[in-house]
Amino acid sequence: MKFQDFKGGVHPSQKKNTMECATVKMGIPEKIVIPMVQHIGAPCQALVKKGDSVKVGQVLGNSDAFVSVPVHSSVSGVVSSVDERIISGSKPVVCVEIKPDGLQEISEDVKPPVVDSKEAFMKAIRASGLTGLGGAGFPTHVKLNPPKDTKIDTLIINGAECEPYITSDYRECMENTSNIIEGINHVLKWTGIPRALIGIEDNKPEAIKKLAEAVDSMNSISVHSLKSRYPQGAEKMLIKTLTGREVPSGKLPSEVGCLVMNVASVSFVAEYLKTGMPLIKKRVTVDGSSVKTPKNVEVLIGTPIGEVFNFSGGFISEPAKLIMGGPMMGVALYSDEIPVMKYTNALLALDEKDGKIPQEYACIRCGRCVDVCPMNLLPFDIDRLVKANLHDELEKYSVLDCIECGACAYTCPSKRLLTQSIRLGKDVLRRRAKK
Amino acid sequence: MENTLFVNSSPHIRSEVTTQRLMLDVIIALIPAAFAGIYFFGIRAALLIAVTVISSVGFEYIIRKVLKRNNTIGDFSAAVTGLILALNLPPTLPIWMAIVGSLFAIVIVKQLFGGLGYNFVNPALAARAFLVVSYGARMTTWIQPLTKATAVDAVSYATPMGVLKGGGELPQLIDMFLGNIGGSLGETSALALIIGGIYLLARGVISWHIPVVYVGTVGLFAWIIGPEGIFTGNPLFHILAGGLMLGAIFMATDYTTSPMTKKGIVIYAFGCGLLTMLFRLFTNMPEGVSYAILLMNVAVPMIDRYTKPARFGGKAHV
Repeated sequence: MKFQDFKGGVHPSQKKNTMECATVKMGIPEKIVIPMVQHIGAPCQALVKKGDSVKVGQVLGNSDAFVSVPVHSSVSGVVSSVDERIISGSKPVVCVEIKPDGLQEISEDVKPPVVDSKEAFMKAIRASGLTGLGGAGFPTHVKLNPPKDTKIDTLIINGAECEPYITSDYRECMENTSNIIEGINHVLKWTGIPRALIGIEDNKPEAIKKLAEAVDSMNSISVHSLKSRYPQGAEKMLIKTLTGREVPSGKLPSEVGCLVMNVASVSFVAEYLKTGMPLIKKRVTVDGSSVKTPKNVEVLIGTPIGEVFNFSGGFISEPAKLIMGGPMMGVALYSDEIPVMKYTNALLALDEKDGKIPQEYACIRCGRCVDVCPMNLLPFDIDRLVKANLHDELEKYSVLDCIECGACAYTCPSKRLLTQSIRLGKDVLRRRAKK
Repeated sequence: MENTLFVNSSPHIRSEVTTQRLMLDVIIALIPAAFAGIYFFGIRAALLIAVTVISSVGFEYIIRKVLKRNNTIGDFSAAVTGLILALNLPPTLPIWMAIVGSLFAIVIVKQLFGGLGYNFVNPALAARAFLVVSYGARMTTWIQPLTKATAVDAVSYATPMGVLKGGGELPQLIDMFLGNIGGSLGETSALALIIGGIYLLARGVISWHIPVVYVGTVGLFAWIIGPEGIFTGNPLFHILAGGLMLGAIFMATDYTTSPMTKKGIVIYAFGCGLLTMLFRLFTNMPEGVSYAILLMNVAVPMIDRYTKPARFGGKAHV
């Protein structure tokens, strides 16, 4: 295969401290908080009320909308409240809080689905509660149902894991190798896609070796070593590297015949078809300069992150910043009460030195942001226009193409908040488009 | 704990490279050239360097105070401007003229246009051009380096570019390479400037594009348009003479006044080289580097406009 390459990118210090940390299971927490939105799409309606008894795997919320997935209880116990809370961002979300009884009784609804047709497969995927586990949280059954007139010829399995610190996908490759291959085969079978390409960054040679051995003589699946360069794991970059195709501006990967799934997502598909247990737990890398013993932890979805940090030995220094996700694209949290969600792949606690927000200096026009932007945008210009409220001019800068990878702000010697400016710019342009 | 957490937009990590560190690297890279200047032209060169650096930083401090803006001397950009200005001055220039140069560079060219990142031409070069216009005689009075046996202070002496225009005996190439010739106090030693340039490249402060394309273009045209017809010129003479090395390595590479994309940078550097040779060969000015760079500085917004990168997955920007 001829390897193409995307332009730009950065090389942040990898800090993959937890690569050799085999996954450890965390117990049942004091309480579980399940938000009704853990995906991109319509929120679920809560199907339980205060005082109800729930069991493991029971549906807590669902929606009639196509772009939505149900949420399930990760414990057995009693619903202690159903109310609106601020999880991340500024919009309140309905959350079901459960007091676990410690018995972990499994719901009667949990049984392996009967899959004998494409429709049954899609239905099962939706019922499993699966959203992209790589971090974006896009409902998987929607992804598997591209528009009728598009022909998908390549399934891309994303094991790049280009963010610093995170090793949860690496552990998936090492610990659940056969599930990954099995899951890929299920997806290939029921979608009719002829081939699958697994892409993994070359800083994880063991994972590449293990998967390559597992696919061995299968003609439909191949494993590819990718150059370690952030944001190699971004969907559009990964497609470009593996197939040479460029997803057109504003379009989805299906436009160029590709469908991208995370390694953990396909692995879960295999597991679900075997057991019927919906998505109620998640492997999370716990790391950062304030964390005593960095770990890979299998956590019940809904566990407050403070408890996960405690499970990792607590803090060795007062954390100045808590992040859900990686340091390049993760979300900074304002509280340790926020629960682990379906798309959570890492929890980081950074100390004062790592977590403080650096002072912004004047742009010196050094051009580094332009060099590293994988989408070929002009971050410094967008920053200038957003700050000056020059919105008409802003329309000409393809702002909406930005994938928010953060490479520009990372590399900026003047520590300008370029990615933040671009997010503001996107918001402004979307509002204007609606008018 | 909730009240003490930082919450901001990602990314949450930043590279080690800072504006301050970049400026400091430029200062470090100019140290060999500064020492070469002092070695060849004596203590007076050291005095001029000290005066322009201190006065540039001082003017930066004062004007920011007057304009009620934050103090920016800590980013070291004013010190860089002062140092580069000194290296562009004849060793015999009166001290007060050097201070006027600092004033023009920092107050007029840099701060009145908004400060670091907003000046549209290189401040040190603009100040040099201003001094040439204002005090033409003193700005073109050159002395022989101290290392030459016949050196006598304040005796006017021709630079290699002056010899080329006015006639006389051309210096040895090896003297031009080492800096053992007349000229501005920091421009004569190609060796010292190249050492600084290699340091900047190694530190990732500059890329090779501007110096290589600029010097390459000058060499190419020097060879093509030779004194005995086409393809008879000596590229090395033009490459080592005058302020080309100082200009190509340290002044044309100024971030603020050079284009943002690699494509733009190559066009800009080619333009610098072409204009330098046009000035040198077809005007009555002996030297063209500073005006070439200043003119190309002015062209940067236009170059940026026409070299916008084609976005990923689509057509070029408007």
